[in-house]
Amino acid sequence: MEMLSGAQMVVRTLEDMNVDKLFGYPGGAVLHIYDALLESSKIKHILARHEQAAVHMADGYARSTGKVGCVLVTSGPGATNTITGIATAYMDSIPLVVLTGQVVSSLIGQDAFQEVDMVGISRPVVKHSFLCKKATDIPEYIRKAFYIASTGRPGPVVVDIPKDVQNPQLKFPYESLPLSSISMRSYNPTLVGHKGQIKRAVRMIAESRRPVFYLGGGVIASNASEKVTAFAKKFRIPVTTTLMALGAYPGTDELSLGMLGMHGNYAANMAMHNSDLIIALGARFDDRVTNNVAKFCPNAKIIHVDIDPSSISKCVQVDIPIVGNVDTVVDQMNDAVKELGIEQDREAMDRWWEVINGFKAEHPLTYKGDGTPGLIHPGKIIQEIYRVTKGEALMVTDVGQHQMFSALYYPLNKPRKFLSSGGLGTMGYGFPAAIGAKIACPEDEVVCITGDGSFQMNLQELAVCLQYSIPVKVVILNNRSLGMVKQWQMMFYQGRQSESYMDAVPDFVKLAEAYSQVGLRVEKEEELGDVLEKAFAIKDKTVVIDIKTDPDSRVYPMQIGGGSMADMFINKTERT
Amino acid sequence: MRHIISVLLENEAGALSRVVGLFSQRGFNIESLTVAPTEDATLSRMTVVTSCDADEVEQITKQLHKLIDVLKVCDLADSGHVEREIMLIKIRANTRDLRDEIKSMADIFKGTIVDLTPDLYTVQIIGTSEDIDNFLTAVANVAEIVEVIRSGVCGISRGERSLRP
Repeated sequence: MEMLSGAQMVVRTLEDMNVDKLFGYPGGAVLHIYDALLESSKIKHILARHEQAAVHMADGYARSTGKVGCVLVTSGPGATNTITGIATAYMDSIPLVVLTGQVVSSLIGQDAFQEVDMVGISRPVVKHSFLCKKATDIPEYIRKAFYIASTGRPGPVVVDIPKDVQNPQLKFPYESLPLSSISMRSYNPTLVGHKGQIKRAVRMIAESRRPVFYLGGGVIASNASEKVTAFAKKFRIPVTTTLMALGAYPGTDELSLGMLGMHGNYAANMAMHNSDLIIALGARFDDRVTNNVAKFCPNAKIIHVDIDPSSISKCVQVDIPIVGNVDTVVDQMNDAVKELGIEQDREAMDRWWEVINGFKAEHPLTYKGDGTPGLIHPGKIIQEIYRVTKGEALMVTDVGQHQMFSALYYPLNKPRKFLSSGGLGTMGYGFPAAIGAKIACPEDEVVCITGDGSFQMNLQELAVCLQYSIPVKVVILNNRSLGMVKQWQMMFYQGRQSESYMDAVPDFVKLAEAYSQVGLRVEKEEELGDVLEKAFAIKDKTVVIDIKTDPDSRVYPMQIGGGSMADMFINKTERT
Repeated sequence: MRHIISVLLENEAGALSRVVGLFSQRGFNIESLTVAPTEDATLSRMTVVTSCDADEVEQITKQLHKLIDVLKVCDLADSGHVEREIMLIKIRANTRDLRDEIKSMADIFKGTIVDLTPDLYTVQIIGTSEDIDNFLTAVANVAEIVEVIRSGVCGISRGERSLRP
């Protein structure tokens, strides 16, 4: 049998797990692994400029492909810098394996140089973690990490590897084993839904008069978009998606009501509120969706399909819980429809669609009348990007107003084309995640929509674009403000703008040029289309497009805090 | 309502901290927690006592089950079960009357005197948490309690029901 050192086993196991891209940053406690990495022809390492960004890159890689993203960093500060990235992935159920170096075993607990208890510090934000105590643990723990990260409800897994365990001088027998060789007695996710519950669910769908699909990120995680789309179309059930599920159902389809929730479409929130049946697939009734749970959809029965039993009846009590993989359960539902000979009341659906079309006509999505005349509205920019990219871009956003404008005004028709930090709301996520997505999907037109605030949280990664020639489009909706903070201050703090104004915004065009990339600026609306056309014609470099936007624009609709889903501000002057 | 949650988990480094961390992270309270290996040294058995409503205990059991190291979870309070707690209590017994009194109380509660000095008795009581509370109250009425240590509850279901891998 082949003899390998601990460091070599790390590299070889990653190869066995089909890792082709590794995002990371070297340091003292992982020098042995980095040395062994030089011998690998299968793994390409991408050197980030900050460990947090390395994790976001792996996250962008994972979200855009469905594969496990992989990260390698050193101990201490290298490890702590990954925490925000790991927490971002954890909240959105993204499969990652994060390998961290650790001080030599004999120094653990001694407050050694660059020592931190990584297993402890990451515990609340990982799906699981491992500490390798001996070299022969390494292959087993890394394989298990990939297995745990990618199965059940996906999530990040940390593997902490002390430096002595990597020792290149000590060699041990190594056996190549595939991911399918892993089994764990304590971890067996339920994939198949309960048959009786599925029959009850299908009958309930057939009997409902005002059903609505509420799709979450689980639909994308289980690659069930096509099946869910076909099922919804068969019954003509209206579909609304969370931020995490944009693209899980074609956004331009007639059944699509767009995003629901705090900044959801009026029709989506009204359809939910007035429904008699909510079919929730891979969604978790987050507070940014439900508003006040006590007033949540008073007449609706709820079918909740989720692979994570703890997501069911956590926030809202449901009528039919089904634990299982969305993809599998939709197959089972189709089978049950045939078996039971389910017939739908078509006339009832016609009446429901009349009601919904009424909602659509009542308050169609628009930014007209919002903000300052003559200044560029963020909604306009997203629509222009939609036009120039024909709606086919891989959109990555940061966090804030621009994120919501992107979600509302760029309807996605395919899954894995809208990447955004939904649960944690991590400013600084967008740009490195866009780089990771572009590395994973070089054929895609990757667009990072960001703000002047968010971009400045990880702009150092321009160096990665320079080093590896990664051409992404960075569109800065530059309002010289923290737009969403300011929106809340204007609405709920009597306009007292505490620290939401950035008095010193850098010259982003020169900044791009400093990294040998292209910088473009838009100051007037009439320039917008031309500059975007020019920017998207550039294929070999990253283009930073700094667009001066209206600092007084607001995201609407907006749910009224403490109310039901139907309680919304429609615009600056109207509310429900 | 009081719940006695029994957990079967891998006997591995960090498994306990994940359980404890879960309770603090999700805002669940712990009244007592006991843990030790089972007859199979690779497995540990844990008993957690908590007071909460039905919805919350459902979340607690689901969240516990979600931990990768956890094999089985059940709420013993759902059905017939046996629960025991052990208490060691050090009592000032510096007169003959006190010594007689404490000895007879210990006998009533089927306790044993496990250590003694001219001034002190250390009594061991095994029973339900309620038995132990009652003994504590009775002793406190007649003598000075110097020190108390309680093990926390460990429990097992009655009859055929069992928590096995």
